[in-house]
Formats: sequence, structure tokens, C-alpha cells
Amino acid sequence: MGEPIRSIIILIAVLVGVLAIAAGLIWLERRMLGLWQDRYGPNRAGPFGSLQVAADMIKIFTKEDWIPPFADKPVFVIAPAIIVVTTLLSFAIIPFAPGIEIVNLNIGLLFFLAMSSLSVYSVALAGWASDNKYSLLGGLRAAAQMLGYEVFMGLSLVGVVMLAGSFSLREIVEAQRKVWFVIPQFLGFVIFLIAGLAETRRIPFDLPEAENELVAGYHTEYSGMKFGMFFVGEYIGVTLISALIATLFFGGWLGPLLPPLLWMMIKTFFFICGFILVRASLPRLRYDQLLSFGWKLMLPLSLLNIVVTGAIILAAS
Amino acid sequence: MFSLLKGIWTVLKHSIRKRETVLYPEEKPLRYPRWRGRIILSRDPDGSERCVACYLCAAACPVDCISLQATQDKQGRRYPEFFRINFSRCIFCGFCEEACPTYAIQLTNDFEMGEYYRHNFVYEKEHLLISGPGKYPDYNFYRVAGISIGEKNKGESENEKPPVDIHSLMP
Amino acid sequence: MATIFIDNAPYQVQDGQNLLSACLSLGFNIPYFCWHPAMHAVGACRMCAVKQFRDENDARGSIVMSCMTPAADGTRISIDDNDVREFRAGVIEFLMLNHPHDCPVCDEGGECHLQDMTVMSGHVYRRYRFKKRTYLNQNLGPFINHEMNRCIQCYRCVRFYRDYAGGRDFNVFGIHDRIYFGRCSDGTLENEFSGNLVEVCPTGVFTDKTLRKHYTRKWDMQTAPSICPHCGLGCNIIVGERYGSVRRILNRYNHEVNGYFLCDRGRFGYEFVNGDCRVRQPLVRHTSKSLDVSSLEPIEKKEVLQYLAKMMTSSERVIGLGSPRATLEANFSLRSLVGPENFYVGMSEPELKMVLQIIEILSNGPAYSPSLRDVEQCDAVLILGEDVTNIAPRLALSLRQSVRQKPMEIAERLKIPRWADAAVRQAVQSERGPLFILSPMATKLDDIATKTLLAPPDDIARLGFQIAHEINPEAQPVLDLSENLRELAVSIAAALKQASLPLVVSGTSCGSVPVINAAANVAWALCTQGKKTGLCYTVPECNSLGLGLMGGLNIRDCFEKIMTGSAGTLIILENDLYRRAEAQTIEAVLQKCKNVVVIDHILSRTAREADVVLPSGTFTETTGSLVNSEGRCQRQFRVIPPTGEVQEGHHWLLDIMTSIGRSDVNQISSLESVGELMAKEFPIFKPLVEIAPRADFREFGQKIPRQPHRYSGRTAMLADISVHEPKPPDDPESPLSFSMEGYQGIPPAPLIQRFWTPGWNSCQAVNKFQSEIDGPLVGGDPGRRLIGLLNGNELVFFSEIPQTYEPRDGEWLVVSISNIFGSEELSSLAPAISERVPEPYVGLNPEDANSLGKKDGEKLLLSINGISKSLPVRVITSLQPGIIALPIGLSGLEGIALPAWGKVLENRNG
Repeated sequence: MGEPIRSIIILIAVLVGVLAIAAGLIWLERRMLGLWQDRYGPNRAGPFGSLQVAADMIKIFTKEDWIPPFADKPVFVIAPAIIVVTTLLSFAIIPFAPGIEIVNLNIGLLFFLAMSSLSVYSVALAGWASDNKYSLLGGLRAAAQMLGYEVFMGLSLVGVVMLAGSFSLREIVEAQRKVWFVIPQFLGFVIFLIAGLAETRRIPFDLPEAENELVAGYHTEYSGMKFGMFFVGEYIGVTLISALIATLFFGGWLGPLLPPLLWMMIKTFFFICGFILVRASLPRLRYDQLLSFGWKLMLPLSLLNIVVTGAIILAAS
Repeated sequence: MFSLLKGIWTVLKHSIRKRETVLYPEEKPLRYPRWRGRIILSRDPDGSERCVACYLCAAACPVDCISLQATQDKQGRRYPEFFRINFSRCIFCGFCEEACPTYAIQLTNDFEMGEYYRHNFVYEKEHLLISGPGKYPDYNFYRVAGISIGEKNKGESENEKPPVDIHSLMP
Repeated sequence: MATIFIDNAPYQVQDGQNLLSACLSLGFNIPYFCWHPAMHAVGACRMCAVKQFRDENDARGSIVMSCMTPAADGTRISIDDNDVREFRAGVIEFLMLNHPHDCPVCDEGGECHLQDMTVMSGHVYRRYRFKKRTYLNQNLGPFINHEMNRCIQCYRCVRFYRDYAGGRDFNVFGIHDRIYFGRCSDGTLENEFSGNLVEVCPTGVFTDKTLRKHYTRKWDMQTAPSICPHCGLGCNIIVGERYGSVRRILNRYNHEVNGYFLCDRGRFGYEFVNGDCRVRQPLVRHTSKSLDVSSLEPIEKKEVLQYLAKMMTSSERVIGLGSPRATLEANFSLRSLVGPENFYVGMSEPELKMVLQIIEILSNGPAYSPSLRDVEQCDAVLILGEDVTNIAPRLALSLRQSVRQKPMEIAERLKIPRWADAAVRQAVQSERGPLFILSPMATKLDDIATKTLLAPPDDIARLGFQIAHEINPEAQPVLDLSENLRELAVSIAAALKQASLPLVVSGTSCGSVPVINAAANVAWALCTQGKKTGLCYTVPECNSLGLGLMGGLNIRDCFEKIMTGSAGTLIILENDLYRRAEAQTIEAVLQKCKNVVVIDHILSRTAREADVVLPSGTFTETTGSLVNSEGRCQRQFRVIPPTGEVQEGHHWLLDIMTSIGRSDVNQISSLESVGELMAKEFPIFKPLVEIAPRADFREFGQKIPRQPHRYSGRTAMLADISVHEPKPPDDPESPLSFSMEGYQGIPPAPLIQRFWTPGWNSCQAVNKFQSEIDGPLVGGDPGRRLIGLLNGNELVFFSEIPQTYEPRDGEWLVVSISNIFGSEELSSLAPAISERVPEPYVGLNPEDANSLGKKDGEKLLLSINGISKSLPVRVITSLQPGIIALPIGLSGLEGIALPAWGKVLENRNG
């Protein structure tokens, strides 16, 4: 009787929470970048510029929502929605704390991988529908990049799955009571971190929107809230990857003293800050470097990780 | 690989550095005399207009935002009939000041000239002309030039001999 | 051809020229001041120094002046040698010792040959610390401003004014380092070509006074190639525009037509374009019934077209009256609108008769129609009845050069090259070639004439016929000629027969067809003697010949048709009828017409009496073609961007055709389609579409910009009206654009909009546009001669010889005097020109003045064909007894057909 109501409450809480975090990140990222570049960042709207998000929202909603006459209209409209929907759906499987999760799927990790694969459609379709050479190039780059990095992202998690013996994220967390998987699976962690960066198309892997060569890549023709959705999608993605890293490698909600939900949030926040720090310090890769790095280095490494993990598990059992 | 981590570390260290930003309206930036701000037209030490409407500023202007028309008074002193600068186009490059042969056009320290309407950026001569000589207090073009301008006749400029008597055949 | 070595590289150059012009022709830059391609070399300024070597082994060489050294085969020189470079830098430094610190307020600044040459020679800093020499200036009249301090003593001005143009009132004074170029005392420069001093002077001593009133730098002027509208010669000009008004006229070099020089009427007559006399909005007559007054009120373009459409469809007949000062295209559009049977050439009966006669003679006779360049080459000239200086001034300047051809033999005998100007003049002294002037009164060319004969028009014609007979006995003789005239005819005939390139000049100003015929007889007789003979006729207006070629009936026929037929609509194109017929007749005709539509750019008397006035464009606002007196068809391009409701005449006619729904409107919808249609209807106009590149012509895919690349103020000039810069106006009718974007290199000759090349900011840049120095422009000179030689016809001499002039009792033969300033309609509206226009007067011989008891300035009441005028007397000694001269075209003296017999009425004043 109480179960469905509880799930609906959790569902709404997660949705609202995730969107709030994404919105907050808009401000946070600019503040953090400012900090590391010896500036202030937004500091005019509200205390410490915290109302910048509201200002941005007002701006982005009141902007002219322009669809170029040469664009493929339906696809152009759907594309930004896909990225938001797929990333939000992935949150369904994240266990924030014992009992605070939307569904406990026994194939949770596979679901995440499926959703993140779907999100490539958003970018590719956006680039295609814009009917603009820069957009198309951006879309193509995004497709190739995400296909390449998707592969070893999945493979890097196999070690975790082998150690936990389950695809269910809750069980993976539970399996880390003794030791966080970051220690046995350090290589997997590094590979997943890199793949995560690439999946969210952030610096140094933001080739699809490389503004010095492609104007703004796949979202060149987007404006107003449609552009805003790509933006929000990116921040949700960052949050998602951070939450997953926390869950898969850093024991999720596990931690002493503090309540589990807080632990989860602290860990997620830490990795979000890490993402921003990477953005503040690293330059963009060249496109051929990006692909050869993925296929020639990361893929063999993740395969090696599986073999070694498997061998050790076999030897231990 | 390690250089990447080193880079990240360097950036991270900036968390505790002092911020370089000058919070402008509360705190005014330091402006040096050669700062290139709002353009003015100055007057010579006698108090008359320095601009002789030679069109060199207009020609030097890379965005073509200066337009003027030359005219002269009865004595032959040339001055601009109108002098217009479209500050909504001006890029404050200072080429006009460099081109000016009479030190008439000068760039000043003032840069706070925001407006809500673009047409308010169109400055006419009455908006540009100040009542002093600006950065160059001593120069007076017409005291150096060879033309006569009423109060100064031929041969009365600096470094000039009195006019030649063309009827004389003395060697 | 000769081979010369410049810095050890061999070049082929024309023989017989000097090194300076050879090097400039090859594209080298050598600084110079005193040398001028038309006035040649005197070696005064020492700027054009080069180093000459004896042979390839000579390493030392010697510095020579390139303008004074012939480009002989095997000459070895160096332009870049360090010694000469230093020498030139030293010379320019000396020349600049006293040059004032004036450039910012100098009108020459930015197009100054001295600036260019100083930069070219590398002089930047004045080391001389002593005081500068100064001069007092002179007031030289309304055209020229004098600023003597800037002078560098190159002597170009006196050489042009005195030696080339024959002026007497300007000279060089003083001694030592106090040389002064000016007049004896303040006063207007009298010569008709004084305006050229502006371009001849390498610095800012002589500047354009009309430009000074609205001064604009060369780089700020939007310029376009145009044709001077102020006489029939069709001189090529460059019109400069800024802020929507015309700023000045510059000469546009055309090897065949005007060369380097213009007359003052052409150069300063432009000011009427900016004047109050202009119509700038369509006007419609509103009649107030209660007050019984009517006035012209402004109206919108759309409304006036609706009004016209209603007017045109309701009237049964529409008659069109063309104009010899409108373009071919506008006249033809009018003809298309009203139909050939209702189109009348806007010329008076005698005028059209003369123009048609000239066309007939030039197209069917063996004599060629010479360009001004050809005129300069002629070595014997006979002028029949024309005061050339006042009618077609630029022709007079060419004639002044032609009398120098014959004495060149002296120089050639002494082996002096033609370009050594000072030496040639020393050798020639006052020797002149034959020039005979037969004219009703003294002319400005009399000072160079071998012989002048003052006679009334009919006697001029008679003497002409006799000269022809003396040359070729087949031509009809004049039987009852006095002995001394017969002797004169013999001597003139002998001089013409001796010449290798004889020339006969005549024209319409005598108002006499026999004079025109007599000139043809002389020229043809010379042709039968195997001489290449030029036959040059002056015509009254810039497109008289073009309109004549189109043909049609004259104004008198038009009036008759209107007066006899039913009332209809009369469309008058750029024509003031009051200048072409008597006022009474015109008033009656305008009364009879139901509607009178005038398309004109000035509010003439005719326009003031019209029902509808449409504002057309002046020559500065019109793209179109004109035919000059030579028969050369040339294209002019508008320079003022289309603003307001002023548009070209042919656009108004096009709009009218559109508004009344004519189906053939597409045939004349563009300038080119008009040209093609004209070529179909009149085969003689076939070259019309080829005289200039077509509208779709592009150089490297770009249009030719009217604005220079350093045009300033683009984002500020209109900012006081709107801060949003408007799109530049389109110009679909020509390959020129109203923009600074486009091909800034050297365009095809008919499109040359300014003379400028890097390093050559002054008009001396023309060197770079010529295929060789003083030669044709690169790609050929613009314009096409429509009238060719048709030698197939059997030559028939004219034989209707008029009776000799007999003074009549109580009647006076009234002949016309032309005035360079005043006789022409448009230029006399220009303020500077109008200062030089005389008050209307009547010219009397001293004897007649005595017998009438009149002194200079007293009024005389004169009646011609029923029109009486009271005018002050001016005693003219050169007039024959019994002849009265009337300055035609001055205000109040328009529309009188001369020559005519007039009466002196009892004078109430005295």
C-alpha cells in the first residue's frame, strides 16, 4: 500500500534533486573555474552570484526560440530532449542510500550502459537535423567518439561486476563493505573516469563542440531552451557519472558517522569538482589522438584489466 | 601523462591564490595619461578651435566612424562645419589622435559612456569640443602654418621672413 | 624602336622621345615637376636625374636629367644608383626649403604631386633651420585660389598659361629667390583655360576656388566618369561627389578628345547641380478657382504617376518634344512613349536644319571629322564664321597647338627634338603656321591668326566658296567678288594646298547653312587634291548631333501640329522652349495644350508654366550616352546615388509607360535594352551598346567602385539621421557601384573613375593609365565614332552661293555673339560662372554708334521680328558697319533666332 506512494515520492525527489543539482552546477562550475583562474566568476546576482542560475533561466526562457528554416524540424526539436531523457532515466538505477532508489534492477549497470549509448543519438541527430556543415561535423565526431569510448567504458566495469558478482548497483555497493573497489580495480576506475569524461563530451574530450574550429559543433544552430537542454543534459551527465563513480568504486553510501545519503552526496560532489578541475586545467585533444587513444590504449588496457581480475578471482577461489 | 597530472595540480594550487579581478564599479581601475578613452576636440592656447578639418583622422579611422565637413571663415581660417563621431562604431584605437597634425583630436581617460540607445552615441562637434588644449598645452598650428588667418598675416608665423617685395630687383 | 638599358636590363622603347617619358611608359617611377606630357621638357626642376653610362664598361657614369636626354639606341642609365638617389633627395630638400607647413589646410593635400615626389625621393625632415620666405597672394577671380608660399618654381603655370593657352595676363615676376608667379595686380585671370592651373600646378599654389566652398579630399570623393554637358565637344570629365552634392570636376584624360585640359566653363559650370534652380520633387499645378491663381505644388511620386496615367489615357494625342541636352536614351524613350509620328526634336528650325546638314556633309563627304587630338596635328587651319573660344572653348586650345605644327620644321632642321620645349620655342620664336579666320567680329584666336577677315555670314560663305574654287576649279566660283577678296581667297587656298594636314572649322553659330556648305566645299576641294582634310563643325549642345542622327521634325513643326490639331498632352524633355522660340508663340502653344508635362532638372521658364514637372537628373545623376560634334558617342555615368525623387529622364518615361500599362515597356526597361532597340531602329547607333562595358561587366568578379579604397566616414556620415547604416544603393544599369568594395585596380578606359595608383595620388597618376606616355589609355580610348567615311558617293560640290551682304536703310543685320560664360544655359546658373557673365548688351560699330548718337552704356531700343528690347550699347570696333551684335543666350536674350534683320526704334531715353 505504501510502496507505490513511496516510490513516487522518491521518483519526484530524485527528479527534482537531479535537476536542481544540474542547475546549481551551472553556477558552481563558473565559480570554480573563476577560483582556479584567479577570478570571481558570477558574483553580481544574489550572494556570491548564487542567483545567476535564476538570471540564466530567465534569459534562456525569454530568448527567441529559433528553428532555422533549412533544418529538419521534428528531428531538430526531438534531439535535445533525447539527451535529457536518457541521462535522467539512468538515475533510476542509482542507489543513493539504502532504500532510496527508484528501482533496484538486477541488470542496473547494463541499463545505464544502454541509456548512455542512446544519448549519442541526441548529438548525432542534432548535428544532422541542423543542416549545417559545422553541426554535421560535430555530430559525426560525437558519434565516432562515443562509439569508441562506449566499448571500453562497458569493459572497464566488468572487473567491478566480477568482484561483486552482480549487475545490481545495490549489491555492488554492498560488496564494497570490506574494501572500496577503487583499490582492487584501480585500473578500471581510471579507465571508467576517462570514458566518463568522454561520454559527457567535456574537456579534454569536447571535440564535438570544439568552438575554435566548429563554431559550436552540433548545437551551432540551437538557441533558447533547446540549447539549454543540451546544457542541462551535460550537467546531468556529469552528475550521473560522478554518482556512478562513487557507487561503483568508492562504496556508494557507505561511510562512518554521517548518514548514508550524505556520504553519497559528498562523494558525488567530490567527483563533480574533479570534473570541473579537469576542465580548468587540460587542453583539448586532437581528433586522431582521441580515437587512437581510445582504441589503441584504453581498449587493450580494459581487456587486460578483465583478464587480470579474472585470473586473480580464479586463483583466489 | 604525469605532465597532465602536474597541470591539474598547478591549477588546483590556484584555489588559494589572490584574485586578479578588479571589481569595477566599486573599485576604479588605474588609468594612465595615454589611456585611450572618449575622444575630444581641443582648443589651441588662444581659445579657438584647433581642428583645421584636414580629414586625416577620418582617413585614418579603421571603422570610418568620423565624418566632417571643412569650411572657413572670412579670413581663411579653416575649421569643421560639422564634426561627427559615431561612438557606437569607435574602437578607441587612437589612430585619429596619431594622424592629427594639430593635436586637435585627443583620446581622454573617460571610458564610462554607456547608453541605452545607440543614437546617443553619435557625438556632434558641440559634444566633442572642450574648452582647453588637452594634453598639449603649447601647440598652435596656425602660428606655424604659412597661410594668413586674419589676425596673423603672411610672414608673421614662427620662423618666417616678411613677405617678399616682388617689385624689387635688388639681388 | 630603340633598345635602352635601365639598371642593366634591356627595354624596347619608342624612338625620338626623352628618357623620362620612356621610363614612365615602361612603368618606372622617376620623380619630376617641370616636365608635363603635353608641355614637354624644359629641365628646370632637376628632379628627374638619372645616371647615364657611356657603355657597359663605364662604372662611373654621369648624372643627367632624364627629361633632357634622348632615349637613343644603346643608352645605358641607372635610376636606382645611389648617387642619383642622393642627388634627387638633395634637390627635393632644396625645393622644400621654403615650403610652408600647410598640408593640413592645403586643398592639394592628398592629391599633391609635390607630396608624392617628396615621398618618392625619400626626403622626410627639414634640416634647414633658417626662416622661410613668404609671399603675398593675389585674388585671381572666382575660379582660382592663389597661395604663393607653396610654390616650388617649376614654371609649369606660366608655360601652360602663356605658351600653351595663349594667356597674356599672367607671368613670372621677380628675381633671385623671389620669383613670383601671378598677375601684374589683383584681378580675374582672363584666359578661358585658367582652371587647368589647378591640375598643372604640382603643388597647392593654384587650387579650385569652387571646391574650397565645400572642400573634400580626393580620397573622400565618390567619383564617376562623365561627359561635360556645357558644349558640343563632349570633353571627358570626372565628377566628384560627397554628402550628396557635387564637389568638383576634374579632367578625365582621353587621348582623342580633351587630352589633359578642360575649359573653365566645363570645370566650374557644375555648380548649378547643387543650386536652388533645381527641381527635386514632382510638382503638379493646383488651381485655386476662387483666387484665380495657380501654383505648382509638390506631390508624391506614386500620386504623380497615377495623375499622369489618368491624364495620358484621357487625352487623344500625346506629343513629345526631345532635347539636345538630354541623353540618347532619354530621347529615344520619349520617342517610344509617344510614337515616332508624335516625336519632335527639340531644336529650332534653323538649328535642326544646320545640324542635319552637318550630319549629311560629314557622313557622305570625303573629309573626315577630326578629334581634338587630330586638330592639334593639323598644320593649316581655316575658320569660317566661328568664334571658337566662346562656342567650343576646348577646340580653341587645340587650334592654338595646331599653329605650332608648321614651325616645327625649323626645329627639325636644327635637329632639335620636339620635346625640348625651351629649345624649340627659341628656334621658332614667333613663327606660326597658317590660320585664317573669317568671322563677323574679332575673336580670341586673332592673336595667332595669319589673316582675319571681318565680314557678315553671307560674305564669309562667299569667300569660302571662292577658296574652294581656287583649290579645285570644279567647285562653283563666286563671280561678283571684289578684287582684294579674290586675292585673299587665292592666298588662303595656296596656304591650305601647301599643308599636309589641312583643317576647316565651321559650325552653327553663324546661323547660316551657306557657311556650313562653303566649309564643306573647301574641305572637299582639298580632298580632291589628295589631302587628308579635317572638317570640324561645332554644334550648340552636348547631344545636338545625337538627336540629329535620330532625326525628326523641329519645334516649329511641333507648334504647328499643336495649333492646328486638337488639344492634347505635350511632354517636354529637358528643354526650355523659351530659349528656342519667341515667347508669344510658346505661350499660345502652352495655352492650347490641355496638359503640359515637363521633365527637367532645373525649374526653367517652361517648367514654371507646366502642369506637371518631373525632376530628372542632371549629368551627374544620369547614366546615358551623348554624341559630340565629332560624331563620337560616349557614355556618362551617374555619380550621385539615387536619393529622393530625382531620377533619370528615361526612368520617368519608363515609369509613365508602366503606369499606363504599355505592353512594350520591357523593350526599354534598361539602358541596354534601349540601346539594342535603338540599334534596331537606327543602324547608325549599332555601336551604342559597345561604347562602354555592359552593366553585367565584372573585373575579377567585382564591380568597379565609385568610392576610393580610403573613402572615410562610412559609419558616421548619416549617423545623425539614423545610426543604422543603410545598404549602399544598387546601380543595376552600370558596372560601377556606389561602394568602396570592388576592383580597385585600373578599370577599362570608359569606366575610369579616378586617376590614382599607389604612390601617385595626384592627377599625374594618368601616366599609369596610358599605354604609353601621352598615348591612348590602356585598352583604347573611350567612345566610338558613329559617323564614318562613305567614299562611295559621287562628290557634288554645293553651288547655291548666297548674295553678298548689302546694308539696308533703316534696318540692321543682327548677328549673335557667343560668350563662353553666359551663352550656355546650365553653366550660367553656376555661381562662380555667373560672376563672369556679362550684363546683356547690344554691340555696335563705332561709326554706327556715332550716327545713332550713342555712347558706351547708353540704352538702345531694338526690335527684331516684332520683339523689342532696350539694351545698353557696347561699342565693338571689330564689327562691320550696319551690323549689330547681340550676346545670345544671356538672360532676356533667349529665343531670338539670329541672324535676322532688326530695327532701331526711336529711343525714349535719349
